[in-house]
Amino acid sequence: MIGLEIFNTFILLLLVVAATASLWVKDLLVSAVVFGIYSFLMCLLWAEMGAVDVAFTEATVGAGISTVVLVATVFHLRRKSND
Amino acid sequence: MKVLSIIPVLAIGGLLLWAAQDFPKWGDVKSPASNSPVSSHFIGNTGVDTEVPNMVTAVLADYRGFDTMFETVVVFIAGMAVIAILKGSTKGRPRRKDHEVEAEPDLIVTNTVRLIVPVLQIFAFYVLAHGHVSPGGGFQGGVVMGASFILIALSWDLEKAISRFPIERCLTVAVLGILIYGGIGLLSMLLGGEFLDYAELERVLPVSREMARYHAMLGVEIGVGFTVSAIMFALYANLASEGRLKEGL
Repeated sequence: MIGLEIFNTFILLLLVVAATASLWVKDLLVSAVVFGIYSFLMCLLWAEMGAVDVAFTEATVGAGISTVVLVATVFHLRRKSND
Repeated sequence: MKVLSIIPVLAIGGLLLWAAQDFPKWGDVKSPASNSPVSSHFIGNTGVDTEVPNMVTAVLADYRGFDTMFETVVVFIAGMAVIAILKGSTKGRPRRKDHEVEAEPDLIVTNTVRLIVPVLQIFAFYVLAHGHVSPGGGFQGGVVMGASFILIALSWDLEKAISRFPIERCLTVAVLGILIYGGIGLLSMLLGGEFLDYAELERVLPVSREMARYHAMLGVEIGVGFTVSAIMFALYANLASEGRLKEGL
């Protein structure tokens, strides 16, 4: 059980780092990719909690399609964020 | 301005963290979710009612079928909205050249994708058809299917992917998916049950009432898969090319 605790803490810490970083970076392309990392960490957490269906949806939609769609959109914008 | 906006962010974040303390512990048998009669009803009766081992699929496609049908319609409307907004939005405006890249498809990338795409598509069908027994279902299978076409668009170019799956056909497939879902619902109504009451399909299928629900669930999952895969690809194709459907990413 202690192994799971360490795993959860590690993933949750990474989650906070990824969430902050995706807001922090100026380059929107980097932001989109870091957001994909965030989704994948969420997917790991859900799989660990036994919600495999949700984890599967998160992996395909959150980490897969939405990252691609965000990147596709960023390519039609200026890449630098203003704030 | 940036400093000012941090204050509400921290305030709401703190409020949410404080509220999260009221959550039951993970896996707590006394938590409302495990304690409620609804959960025990589904856990006890899903296998008996529908013969579907994966309770999540049974709840999504059967007990809560009405909800899932309109979720599919929401995906469809989202795709339609993106197409409606982007179509003709760039008329007369030259294409932006901020991120112009060499357009020649890479040999290694395209050949890898040639190997991956068939496997990905078979996996999508597996996820769709096996949704009763293992995690997965129409939504996930449809997304994987749509992703395989997006992969083709990313590694060659958008024209290549659209020549395989034209946008008009995308829309036909998307509508067909919703019609399959609604059609199964209406069919069970015509056979004397209520809307989406799959058990009545036993009159046309040579199986028991339970297995009729099992097979009807596969039918509606196929409908969801049709709509989701077509709309995911249509979304990407329109967003990547600003609605021009050529010279995209």
